[in-house]
Amino acid sequence: MTTSLNTAALALGDDALVLSHRLGEWAGHAPVLEEEVALANIALDLLGQARVLLSLAGDEDELAFLREERAFRNAQLVEQPNGDFAHTIARQLYFSTYQRLLYGRLAAAESRAGDEQQDTLKALAAKAVKEVAYHQDHAEQWTLRLGDGTPESHDRMQRACDALWRFTGELFQPVEGVDVDWRELEADWLASVSAVLGRAALSVPEGRRETPWSAGAGRQGVHTESFGRMLAEMQHLHRSHPGASW
Amino acid sequence: MTAVTADSQEAYEAVFDAAVAADERIEPRDWMPDAYRATLVRQIAQHAHSEIIGMQPEANWITRAPSLRRKAILMAKVQDEAGHGLYLYSAAETLGTGRDELLDKLHSGRQKYSSIFNYPTLTWADVGAIGWLVDGAAITNQVPLCRCSYGPYARAMVRICKEESFHQRQGYEALLALSRGTPAQHEMAQDAVNRWWWPSLMMFGPPDDESAHSAQSMAWKIKRHSNDELRQRFVDICVPQAESLRLTLPDPDLRWNEERGHHDFGAIDWAEFREVLKGNGPCNEQRITQRRRAHDEGAWVREAAAAYAAKQNDRIKGDESGETGEATA
Repeated sequence: MTTSLNTAALALGDDALVLSHRLGEWAGHAPVLEEEVALANIALDLLGQARVLLSLAGDEDELAFLREERAFRNAQLVEQPNGDFAHTIARQLYFSTYQRLLYGRLAAAESRAGDEQQDTLKALAAKAVKEVAYHQDHAEQWTLRLGDGTPESHDRMQRACDALWRFTGELFQPVEGVDVDWRELEADWLASVSAVLGRAALSVPEGRRETPWSAGAGRQGVHTESFGRMLAEMQHLHRSHPGASW
Repeated sequence: MTAVTADSQEAYEAVFDAAVAADERIEPRDWMPDAYRATLVRQIAQHAHSEIIGMQPEANWITRAPSLRRKAILMAKVQDEAGHGLYLYSAAETLGTGRDELLDKLHSGRQKYSSIFNYPTLTWADVGAIGWLVDGAAITNQVPLCRCSYGPYARAMVRICKEESFHQRQGYEALLALSRGTPAQHEMAQDAVNRWWWPSLMMFGPPDDESAHSAQSMAWKIKRHSNDELRQRFVDICVPQAESLRLTLPDPDLRWNEERGHHDFGAIDWAEFREVLKGNGPCNEQRITQRRRAHDEGAWVREAAAAYAAKQNDRIKGDESGETGEATA
């Protein structure tokens, strides 16, 4: 296990773990039964990815339940509270487009002799890319329905896209051990998201995609306020029974 | 005219009775007595509602599951329950009713769901106890429904029972891990079984001499066994399982009866059962409020989807009549 694989596994693994948890909060609250199934399905895919990645970096449960807030390496986007359905969908659109482009590149990368680290991420990406293509499609379909639905759904979707925009720059801060062209990834992401927003009759938000306060902060273990509460809930039972197995 | 109608009514009934007697399946387009249709709508809808409300007590623990493996299992299970609800609403719809109408009846309290989901999940062990006991009772009830005379319901039950048995084993295994774990975990498991045992026995419904629908449902082969028969079968299955879990069942009167070849067990508190059914259980209010809130707060999302679909249809029609140049597929 090299240090850079460890860094990569924690960043990508924490993204998947934290977003999976947020989607799990929807169970029993979705607007329609089909979305109970879809949101749980996406949450499960992400949890599966998280378990593989965290296991590369150590013991999955120790990493999930015994690290404190400052040790988590997820981007701030995925820890944002669910908000209304539009907010959840905007977060999904931004994140699943990023994941699809990233895993697509990792899966397609040419193998380099003797680079086991690259092979490990390539194998993981090859499996995950099929899942995240489905997630991206789901988010895109809902972005179209909400953006080009009723005046109320359009307004809610626009507000959600605007509110989360400032967290999207961080996704393209290079992660050590993830060997992709980050600037090209970002340009593709912008093109893809802009195209979907355009088709959904939504404006591409105008504000900055990162601020001096948030740029790369999640990847450094600096998170937003709601994240600590999320971890308190997630970790409480595990921490209450030190050393127990479940 | 009247005589002819009466004759054909009798002829239809004779065909229906013969099909049921021969263990053939009744299908949606077949003639069926109105009361048979109404009984099935009531039963299938109540079953579907139970899957949907039943997501809540377990979803209550998704964000607190103590390991990632358990969290994945629990999420998958709650997802399956939503899927079961969807199968069952589809089965009910073959009888000429709509999902929206059924949900409306659930939300307004005109149709019921299983009384068991009005009990709270207070610890992690409750998730295991629900899997073992509640799903176990559901399976005991539902396996005979795979041979129910109404085809769409029977086929839905085949699929559902396969997934339920999987959940039941996972619940048992979760309790086993607790029971063999630390003393605190063992105590948590025992406490959960103490709280869930009697409500699970109530899932089989009132005793045979008080069950309003049983005789007719058995004659129609919707039901294959009486409430008390199934309850006895469940108790007999659970006793050895509890022993291998090294947990006790909270019933001082529970003992093997050599003569009957079954376990005798203590009296069920039917007053409690009736209170829960009337809406006075520990979580009735909370469960239905959450369901209504999810539905109401989701209204704008469903309206958006409908508005979008209508616009897409208009665009397709526009394309077909050559009014607009742009394809929208």
